[in-house]
Amino acid sequence: MKVDQIAVFLENKSGRLAAITKALSDNNINIRALSVADTADFGILRLIVDDTDKATRVLKEEGFTVAKGVVIAVEVADKPGGLARVLSVLHEAEINVEYMYAFVEKSSENAVLIFRFDDPDIAITILQNAGIKILTGEEVRAI
Amino acid sequence: MIWNEEFETLPREQLENLQLKRLKDLVERSYYRVKPYREKMDEAGLKPEHIKSLADLQNLPFTTKDFLRDNYPFGLFTLPLDQVVRVHASSGTTGKPTVVGYTKRDIETWAEVMARALACGGVHRGDVVHNAYGYGLFTGGLGAHYGAEKLGATVVPISGGQTKRQIMIMQDFGSTVLLATPSYALNIADTMVDMGVDGSSLSLRVGIFGAEPWSENMREEVEKKLGLKAIDIYGLSEIIGPGVSMECIEAQHGLHIFEDHFMPEIIDPDTGEVLPMGEEGELVFTTLTKQAFPLIRYRTKDITRLIAEPCVCGRTFVRMEKITGRTDDMLIIRGVNVFPTQVEHVLMGVEGVEPHYQIIVNREGSMDTMEVQVEVSEQLFSDEVKNLENLSKRIQAEIKDLIGSTCKITLVEPKTIQRSEGKAKRVIDNRNV
Ligand SMILES: [Zn+2]
Repeated sequence: MKVDQIAVFLENKSGRLAAITKALSDNNINIRALSVADTADFGILRLIVDDTDKATRVLKEEGFTVAKGVVIAVEVADKPGGLARVLSVLHEAEINVEYMYAFVEKSSENAVLIFRFDDPDIAITILQNAGIKILTGEEVRAI
Repeated sequence: MIWNEEFETLPREQLENLQLKRLKDLVERSYYRVKPYREKMDEAGLKPEHIKSLADLQNLPFTTKDFLRDNYPFGLFTLPLDQVVRVHASSGTTGKPTVVGYTKRDIETWAEVMARALACGGVHRGDVVHNAYGYGLFTGGLGAHYGAEKLGATVVPISGGQTKRQIMIMQDFGSTVLLATPSYALNIADTMVDMGVDGSSLSLRVGIFGAEPWSENMREEVEKKLGLKAIDIYGLSEIIGPGVSMECIEAQHGLHIFEDHFMPEIIDPDTGEVLPMGEEGELVFTTLTKQAFPLIRYRTKDITRLIAEPCVCGRTFVRMEKITGRTDDMLIIRGVNVFPTQVEHVLMGVEGVEPHYQIIVNREGSMDTMEVQVEVSEQLFSDEVKNLENLSKRIQAEIKDLIGSTCKITLVEPKTIQRSEGKAKRVIDNRNV
């Protein structure tokens, strides 16, 4: 039920993001989802790729600081209210979202929401009890 | 004006005779009254009677800051405390400060050299002297104060801080002389602009700036902004405080060392050899007349050269050039001494911080700013922004504890800070001092 994510430290200078995507594509690694958290001083790139271990190795070899972690992928219909429902479930259960990002599936009418929780196991239980569909890592990588 | 014509224009030969007489007395006092000095000289196989000429000075062992620290607080005083009327201490930021003591006569000597310094900078009786040097353990405030009083000027003992009020007082009192650190002088100038106060509403004629290194560019800037002549003063608490040497307003080139009290040498900082006149090296001082806390061959770690050529002002005292650097990597940021090793100590205390860092010092407007670049190792890294921000804040707070001012922490990617083969380049100082 958990999906592997890699986070990469981005110094606040131009060309770093391009260097990462180039390193990945040179090694035939596909990016499934991506988000950048930006502050005035630095950025954090979060990636879900089809081969997490290989991507980690490649980026480390390129000198990047990489952290592996787990996130939860939730599938909702890509129409108004999809995200709101998930958030209200989490809110009622007092589950804190550290951060989230989203992307739309190419082949369907669905959107995928990526959530980072402090305690993913509790979040999984809550979401499942509410009948919300959680994707496995395999399903996400196959998108 | 020359405050003490007799001494300040002594022909060199007479000056050297006087120096030798005082040196012999100094070595004798130090040897018989202070055990650590005696031990050092015995180790070198020297007795006071071996000092027969000024050239023999170079056989005496050096005194270093560490030696002072080892004998903290009063171990090097040559007289009992009942003859010491005042102590000051250095602006050290960690560990023990360096403590210096003065007898009644030392205070008088200090006032004398400081009065000479002020006169050398064109200050005279009738001037209103706005003394913004800090009063307290720091020697700047009180040292300058006594000298200005001895000179007969009107002293405003304002000390540092409350800049807007300082500007109002200078306007109302018609202050003609400003004593401050050069960076504080610029701060005053910038505050005046913010307040919409025109420089011409002040009566300032001369600024006597010291206690931190400053450049010729800064001189131009502060002269223009405050409409005064900016004169450099040098001193360090170990030797006496402000008033060790002073630029004359006539030449504004090189600081006359009051050689009848402070004997300078320039040495090669690596070998300790005395360098020929005019060559650049580390400045070393011997205090010829100080009673409570005399120093023999004290290594200042300041880099300069001496100028032997006669000066247009008529003083026969040798001049030293404006300080161009330090033999250690000490930084002076907003008047506070900062050693990169202190910053390193903070960083090493944070788990996961790599021993690769760089300190970048800039001058923005009148303020010195310090940036510390820290490499983000895997151990420090987190996918959450708040964790990295907390890390920066924590390092920032600990450094602030240490140096008293806020620095910017910049997280950088691993291996982006330049590695050097020999000594790491820890500091990039863009202030051009
Ligand atoms: Zn002169």
